[in-house]
Amino acid sequence: MSTDPYLSVKALTKYIKKKFDADPHLRDVYVKGELSNVKIHTSGHIYFTLKDNVARLPGVMFSASAKSVKFKPESGMTVLIRGDVSVYEASGQYQLYAQSMQSDGIGDYYLAFEQLKEKLAKEGLFNASHKKELPRFPKRIAVVTAQTGAAVRDIIITLYRRYPLADVVLFPTLVQGTGATQSIVKSIQAANKGEFDVLIVGRGGGSIEDLWAFNEEAVARVIFDSRIPVISAIGHETDTTIADFVSDLRAPTPTAAAELAVPSQAELLERVSNYRSRMYRVVSGTVNQQKQALNRYTSSLPLSYPERLYRPFIERVERATESLQRESLQHLKRSQERYRTLDQQLKSRVPLQRIRQSETEVAELSRRLDYQLDQLLKSRSQQLSSAIRTLDALSPLKIMDRGYSIPYVEGAVVKSVSQVKAGDRLTIAMKDGTVQTIVNEINPANGGD
Amino acid sequence: MAEKKIMFNDAMEQLEEIVRQLEQGDVPLEQALTLYQKGMELSKICHDKLQNAESQLVTMMKDGKEVPTDIEMDGNAK
Repeated sequence: MSTDPYLSVKALTKYIKKKFDADPHLRDVYVKGELSNVKIHTSGHIYFTLKDNVARLPGVMFSASAKSVKFKPESGMTVLIRGDVSVYEASGQYQLYAQSMQSDGIGDYYLAFEQLKEKLAKEGLFNASHKKELPRFPKRIAVVTAQTGAAVRDIIITLYRRYPLADVVLFPTLVQGTGATQSIVKSIQAANKGEFDVLIVGRGGGSIEDLWAFNEEAVARVIFDSRIPVISAIGHETDTTIADFVSDLRAPTPTAAAELAVPSQAELLERVSNYRSRMYRVVSGTVNQQKQALNRYTSSLPLSYPERLYRPFIERVERATESLQRESLQHLKRSQERYRTLDQQLKSRVPLQRIRQSETEVAELSRRLDYQLDQLLKSRSQQLSSAIRTLDALSPLKIMDRGYSIPYVEGAVVKSVSQVKAGDRLTIAMKDGTVQTIVNEINPANGGD
Repeated sequence: MAEKKIMFNDAMEQLEEIVRQLEQGDVPLEQALTLYQKGMELSKICHDKLQNAESQLVTMMKDGKEVPTDIEMDGNAK
């Protein structure tokens, strides 16, 4: 002990804390009050004030203890708290350290259930529009339940008895106690990775605590997210869980779930034989109908006495044949007579005289033709030599031989003084070459233009 | 189900469709007979599949693999 009569704040506070902690009444207190100023820290610690109409007491519940609280503490709730009272030295405040918290009045589980139900309903997880349709004839069925126990046996035996066509795959799952929530979530996710047509999530009856995992948000969400339609069968008929609300179909019991998942083999057999007799009725009816129609037609008059059908045709053919023979005979006779007449006429007029005369005429004409051709050739030959001579006389070269020359200006023959002006360059072509010259002067002739 | 290529539900649905078509009544005779024959085949397939359904394949997922389960079924299966 120091001789200094003054205590430090720390020392005094420590002393007070010791007093609190030493008091057996404060070490384990049961206190009832209304929650206010509830703050849930991200770490999971819950801070609150517990009050009644007279007094207020600050309180804290650390996350390790808070985990066991089934409901979400909210201001205004009346709660029963068990804990201890101690001093928080940093603020000099005494406060209630809660170990457990229960809601007063309605049960905690009920409260938590109602809270989650309300929350998920608001989000629309229970909406009928999200419910998936179940396949009529599932080929593969996933069963998420405990590997042992009545539920799995009920489900598998019922599936087998009703519909042995489907394959059943069991996902052994922890359905109660610590780790159940995670196990259920894992199994449903695993089933969704496989090829399944329907998924049964089930467990047998039990207390609300036993069924609690099916009221957890994580389970509700994984059922909602399931690609495979989910049938829930949890507990007995009277038990309802959040999982039941969110699943696509709720079955009252595991056996009922199996019944809902598959059609009954017996009913199907009956249906198949019913289809058979319906088909038979329809087809034999059609055949009979057609048979009757056929009978009607075959017993009709024309088909019963077919000769009546062709008798008129036979008569017509016979008549036609007769008249054909008659007509052709007459035609032949007429042709023969005509031939005879023509033959006689021909023989009486042989044209020998005319042929001789024509021969003479032909000879005369060909002689004249030869003469005319000869004359024509001679005359044309003379015309040709005369033309050559004329052409030669008219040749410009011949004219230039006599001393004429041709002036050109820019490639054109100069025919008139009007075509040139002083200074133009003229090219003058002569019989033996050209001369370039420049025009000095132009003197048009009198009367020229 | 290796011996029959058609799946039960496909067979059942085809059978239903054939019955419906036939019962509509305006199917020509040849087609009705063809449908009937096909329907009878399908009905036999469905019937046989249901009657002679082999033991249901009950398996269990273990480490991501399917293994046969040892669940007893009162002598009704296996």
